[in-house]
Amino acid sequence: MMTAPPAVSIKNLRIALPKGAERPFAVDGVSLDLRPGKIVCVVGESGSGKSMCAHALMGLLPDTVNVTSGEIQFEGRDLLKLDDDRWRDLRGRRLAMIFQEPMTALNPLMRIGDQMAEMFEAHGLLTPRERRAKALSLAREVGLPDPERIVRAYPHQLSGGQRQRAMIAMALALEPAVLVADEPTTALDVTTQAQILKLIRNLQRSRNMAVMFITHDFGVVADIADQVVVLRHGKVVEEGPAATVFNEPKHDYTKALLAAVPSMHPPARAPLDDLARAVEVIGLDKTYVTSGGWFREDRRVDAARAVNFNILKGETLGLVGESGSGKSSVARLVMRLIEADRGTVRIGDTDLTQLSGKALRAERHRIQMIFQDPFASLNPRRKIGHIVADGPIAAGADSKAAFDRARDLLKMVGLDAGALERYPHEFSGGQRQRIGIARALALEPEIIVADEAVSALDVSVQAQVLRLLEDLKARLGLSMLFITHDLRVAAQICDRIAVMQRGVIVELKPTAQLFAAPEHPYTRELLAAVPGQKERAPAA
Amino acid sequence: MKQFWKSMLKSPSGVIGLVILLLAISVAVFGPLLFPNSPWRMVQRPFLPPFMLSTVPLGTDALGRDVFAGMIFGARVSLLVGLVSTLVALVVGVPIGAMAGYFGGKVDDALMRFTEFFQTIPSFALAIVLVAILQPSIYSIVASIAVVSWPPVARLVRGEVLSLRTREYVQAAVVTGQSNTWIILREILPNALSPVIVLASLMVATAILLESSLSFLGLGDPNLISWGYMVGAGRTVIRQAWWITVFPGVAILISVLGLNLIGEGLNDALNPRLSREGR
Repeated sequence: MMTAPPAVSIKNLRIALPKGAERPFAVDGVSLDLRPGKIVCVVGESGSGKSMCAHALMGLLPDTVNVTSGEIQFEGRDLLKLDDDRWRDLRGRRLAMIFQEPMTALNPLMRIGDQMAEMFEAHGLLTPRERRAKALSLAREVGLPDPERIVRAYPHQLSGGQRQRAMIAMALALEPAVLVADEPTTALDVTTQAQILKLIRNLQRSRNMAVMFITHDFGVVADIADQVVVLRHGKVVEEGPAATVFNEPKHDYTKALLAAVPSMHPPARAPLDDLARAVEVIGLDKTYVTSGGWFREDRRVDAARAVNFNILKGETLGLVGESGSGKSSVARLVMRLIEADRGTVRIGDTDLTQLSGKALRAERHRIQMIFQDPFASLNPRRKIGHIVADGPIAAGADSKAAFDRARDLLKMVGLDAGALERYPHEFSGGQRQRIGIARALALEPEIIVADEAVSALDVSVQAQVLRLLEDLKARLGLSMLFITHDLRVAAQICDRIAVMQRGVIVELKPTAQLFAAPEHPYTRELLAAVPGQKERAPAA
Repeated sequence: MKQFWKSMLKSPSGVIGLVILLLAISVAVFGPLLFPNSPWRMVQRPFLPPFMLSTVPLGTDALGRDVFAGMIFGARVSLLVGLVSTLVALVVGVPIGAMAGYFGGKVDDALMRFTEFFQTIPSFALAIVLVAILQPSIYSIVASIAVVSWPPVARLVRGEVLSLRTREYVQAAVVTGQSNTWIILREILPNALSPVIVLASLMVATAILLESSLSFLGLGDPNLISWGYMVGAGRTVIRQAWWITVFPGVAILISVLGLNLIGEGLNDALNPRLSREGR
C-alpha cells in the first residue's frame, strides 16, 4: 500500500513569519508525502500553520512571509524554486485547490459555466464550443441539479453547497494530480457537509488523485482521512494512518484534542419536572420582506412561524438547526433586538413584547446574551473594565462598585484582575468569549441566551468554555437558551432540544430521547449527518 | 496612539505634510509678532521687484505695500478659516450622519433629503450667494464654507454608522440597557472616526481654496488681508509685476499640498489594511 511513489513530497518546510509575530516560524520543519489515491488530513487548531502549508504547496504564500528552508518535490521539480510562468502552467492543470468560502472564491459577475470554461481558456485548451460542453459534463459529474440551467446561473443564485460543488468542478476540470482542500466544508451546514465530503471522496477514488485536506474538525477527519498529520504551532506532533491516530494516539496533544471533541451520547441529567417557568414564548412570528421594487414581487422569508416554547428555571434549552433555519432570529426576537410581527415573550410575569423605551431598558438586565463572534462582540476601543461595567453603570450602579464587581466577575470566568485595564485585541478568542460571559453576568440576569457562543472557538477552548458555562449556570441558578448548529455540543449541554427548520420548530424533546428516538425526518437527517460517527471514532 | 504616530511617521507623505503644516502654523502664530507692521501700510515705492531690498524681500504691490508682510498675515486668515470652517462642518455633519445611520427609517429619509438639498446646489455658487447676502466678513465666510462642506461628512458618517450598528458589540450594548445617545457616542462614533479624520484633513485644504476663491472675487473680509485677496488684487498687473500674484499663489499651493499629504499619511496610518505596505 505504501509502495506507490508520492505525488508530492514536502521536506522539512520552514516558513518564517514577519518580525513581531507571536512565533518566528509559521511552519517549522514540516515533512509530509501526498500519495495518489490517498487523502491526507492536516489537522490543527487555529494558528497551527495548516493553511500556510496548503498555500505553500499552491505557491500562494502572502508577501509578508518567506520560505527559509525545505523543498516541495512534484513531478521531479522543486515547487519552491519555480518562477511565475511555470507556476501559472502548473496551477489548475496539475495542482488544484478548493477554498473555504465558495461565495468569495467565485466571481459574482460571471456565470458558473463561464467560470468553469475559463479553466480551459487560461491554459489555452479546447475550442469555445468544447469548453461549454465540458463545463456541462463537469456540472453533471459533481452532481449539480439541472446542469443546463445551472451553468447559466450566477453564484448568488446557488446555495452554499451548490457553490462548493461548482468550485470542485472547476478544480477537477483539468484532471489535476493533486487537490488541495482548505477547510472546504467549514462554511457549510452538516447535511451539506456530509454530501460534499462524500463527493470529494468519490471523485478522488475514481480519478486516483492525491488530496491534501486541511481541517480543524476531527469528525470530518474520521470520515475522510487515510493519513492524518496533526500540527501544533507549525510543528508536526503526530502522523500516521487514520485508524492508528484515532485509536492509539501517542502524543499528549492529540489525546487532548480527541478528548475535547464532544461525544454524541448525551450524559444523564437530573429531571426538571415541577419547576417554574423562566421564559415563555408564545406564537412568535417574524417574516423578513425584501422589497422587489415596482416590477417584481417582494421576497419574503419566514424566520419564525408560530414558535412556541418555554424554559424552566435552571434549565438549558437547545435550539438547533442549519443556517437559515431562523434560530438566530428567534434568539434576537426573544432579546427584543428585532421586533416580532406577532407573539409574546414573557419573562416571569413580565410581558417583554409590550414594553418599549425606558421601561424596556429597565427590564433588559433580566435576560442577557452571549454572542457568536468573540472578535466582533467586544468594542475594540473600550477597555475590558468598561465593557463589563458599562451595563450596571447604565442601570444606575455606583461606578466604583461596578468596577469591583467586574473584577470579581473576571476572576469568576478565569481571567486575572489586570484584564480590567486592557483592550480586547490583547486577548485570544477563548478569553474574549469569557469576557463576553462576564459582561452578560454583570447584570445578574435570570436567563442567558447563548447564540452559537462556542462555534468560533477551537475544540479544546470550546470544551473549557462549555464547562465554564455549565458551572456558572449551576452556581447562579440560571436558565439558558443555547443556540447551536453543532449537535455534539447540544448533546453535552442541553436538557431539552428544539429542532428548527425554515422558521418552524419541528421537534422538541428531552435531549436523551431526541438522540435515542428522533421522530421527525429532518431531525433524523441532521443526526445522521454529524461527521465522525463511524466505528473508529473513539468512545469518549 | 503610539502605534498611530509610528505608522504616521513611517509614511513619507505624512511627514512632509506635517512639516509643511507645522511651518505654516508657526508662521501664522509667530510671524505677526516678528513683523508687527500692518500689511496694509505703504512702506516703499509701488511695484518694487523682489530681492532688491532686505526690508521688503518679496517686493511691493501696486500701492507700495509689503508682499512678504501680506503673506505672513494672510497665513493667519487662510489657516483660521480652513480649520474653523472644517470644525463647524464636522459639528453639523457628524451628528446628522450619526442620527440618520443609527435610527434609519423615516429619520434617515428626512435627514438625507435635507442633506441632498445642499448637495444639489453647486457649492461655490452657494458660498458666493451666502457671503454676498450676509456681507463679507470673516464670520460669514466661515459660515458659508461650513454650510457647503458638511454634506459629505454627513453621508460618510451615515455609511459608517450603518455598517457599525449591526455589529455584535453594539447589540450587546443594547441588550445591557444602554441609552441610544450613549451607544452612538461611546460604541459607534469612536469606531467610525478614522475615515472622518482623513476627510477632515482634506476638507481643511478645500476650505482654504474656497476662502482664496472668495477673496479673489473680492468677497473676502475687507479688514483682513488674505492670500486670495492678494492674488485677486495683483491679477490686473500680472504682466508687469508677477511677484504680487505668484508668491501668495505658491503659498496657497504649498499649504493645500501639505494638507493633502497629511490626509494621505493619515489614511495609511488609520487604515493599515488599505496601505500599500508589502506590495
